[in-house]
Amino acid sequence: MAQKTSSQRGLHPASDRPITRDYVCVSDVSKTYQTPRNETIEALSHVSLTLTTGEFLSVVGPSGCGKSTLLKCIAGLSAPTSGLITVNGRPVKEPPPKMGIVFQRDILLDWLNIVDNVLLPIRYTRGHNPETARQSAMRLLDTIGLAGFEHNHPWELSGGMRQRVAICRSLLLEPDLLLMDEPFGALDALTRDELNLVLQRIWLRDEKSVLFITHSIQEAVFLSDRVVVMSPGPGRILEMLEIDLPRPRELEIRETPEFGRYSSHIRALLERHGAFRR
Amino acid sequence: MSGAAQHHFSFYSRYRKAVSATLSMVALLLMWEAAVFVFAPPVWLLPAPSDIATELFAFPAFYAHHAVYTIRSALIGFAIALVVGMLAAIGIVYSRFLETTIYTLIVGINSIPKIALAPLFIIWLGTGVNSKLAIAALSALFPIAISSVLGLRSADPDALDLARSLRASGFQVLTTIRLPSAAASVFSGVKVGLSFALIGAIAGEFVASSQGLGYVIIISQGTLLTTRVFASLLVLLISGMVLFYVVSYVERLLIPWHVSQRGSSEHVMI
Ligand SMILES: Nc1ncnc2c1ncn2[C@@H]1O[C@H](COP(=O)(O)OP(=O)(O)OP(=O)(O)O)[C@@H](O)[C@H]1O
Ligand SMILES: [Mg+2]
Repeated sequence: MAQKTSSQRGLHPASDRPITRDYVCVSDVSKTYQTPRNETIEALSHVSLTLTTGEFLSVVGPSGCGKSTLLKCIAGLSAPTSGLITVNGRPVKEPPPKMGIVFQRDILLDWLNIVDNVLLPIRYTRGHNPETARQSAMRLLDTIGLAGFEHNHPWELSGGMRQRVAICRSLLLEPDLLLMDEPFGALDALTRDELNLVLQRIWLRDEKSVLFITHSIQEAVFLSDRVVVMSPGPGRILEMLEIDLPRPRELEIRETPEFGRYSSHIRALLERHGAFRR
Repeated sequence: MSGAAQHHFSFYSRYRKAVSATLSMVALLLMWEAAVFVFAPPVWLLPAPSDIATELFAFPAFYAHHAVYTIRSALIGFAIALVVGMLAAIGIVYSRFLETTIYTLIVGINSIPKIALAPLFIIWLGTGVNSKLAIAALSALFPIAISSVLGLRSADPDALDLARSLRASGFQVLTTIRLPSAAASVFSGVKVGLSFALIGAIAGEFVASSQGLGYVIIISQGTLLTTRVFASLLVLLISGMVLFYVVSYVERLLIPWHVSQRGSSEHVMI
């Protein structure tokens, strides 16, 4: 069986990157927002976690617990109030290179057609051959099932199709780190299942380090090597859970007792900490 | 979606709009003509449309000359306002300092009717074309600057985050995200600004001038040549409409992607 665990991936022999086993390292990070009315909102409280190189890590937690805040801090889009974040060994002060983000909303630009939306990243970085970039954009759109839509405009696409375009855009420059903030949150269950499979396939092929934020316990267990469970706000880390299930995973794996045990463990944990208000 | 079908649809709807606009115009003119024929008011009180047309066709060069003078002042003033207004808006959006100084000033001065400043500009710049340019520019500046600021500010914060996450420079964020997001709002400011520039130019001519449609109107009013007043108004009306349609056309060319420009058959006006 093609079992692929996080430890095997982390020790990938062909890697010529500096041997930082932890691609992302978040230590003791807290974040407090200041509202215009001078109230303070504590969004993150002493969060520490690591994302191993090549690992697929999910973060689950109730709404408002600070998941997006955590992602923005790692992405260098927002500064933590205290604590340190390093990406690829370097402290984060601005968005690090070789990073792709998929946001909860697809954020396609209406003034660009689909392929130009996918090509957005090369507008900002020098040294890319536009022709090869265009070819890889076309290839990405093709693998994700959007061949033939290159010259359409974003508003002509369904929500699921748009989110696929956003995924292609995040992958264009072959990032080492992929940050995904509930990318499938707004999609119907069928599209979501399909995109879960697509994402797993891409990840198995490309060996990226992925931080995946989600509301869905099932999605987290299905996709991840490890799952981080966060408490209701201010977000703390409740538990870090290894998901030891064989890969590649099929959707049917969700019916197995092992899968069920992981899910119910996480659900019980969240319930104990008052994530489900009645 | 079939491109041909969509094109056909928008062409048809535009055509229909033009026909009904022309028809209602013609109906209005006929009623006017009939009323003048029936009630026979003195011509200095209310000339008939046919009188106005006769006047226009009798002196085409005269009206063309004055119209060109007025429209040129309005357009140059408008162009100045467009450049200054956009640059000011960009400065205001990017700089806290400019926001608290210039923007506050702009919003403050905007509450003064610019026409009330016309006499001042005549004193400062003389009765020639410069004072007209200045009044036109000042009138157009405020709507353009204010709606550009609003437009630049209304860029989707997530889109800005997206660009920043891709390590875009401030200038790249401006050109790829902020300006396109602002385009529709800028255009609405431009349309208002253009008509304000025309009003400004006319106002300047009212106060002191020896050329322009505003001058013709004021002089003709003094001598009760009401037909000439109406003819000048008609020329102004037509010029204003042409300018407005030119801007709408440019808008359609530049931002065909905007919701207001898509012209899809799927959306009904509510
Ligand atoms: N820019 C901001 N200014 C002030 N408060 C903020 C800001 N962004 C987030 N917050 C607050 O921080 C807390 C965490 O927000 P965050 O968006 O990180 O939650 P989340 O876990 O991503 O929620 P969801 O799952 O609903 O997206 C919330 O209480 C929110 O009100
Ligand atoms: Mg969120």
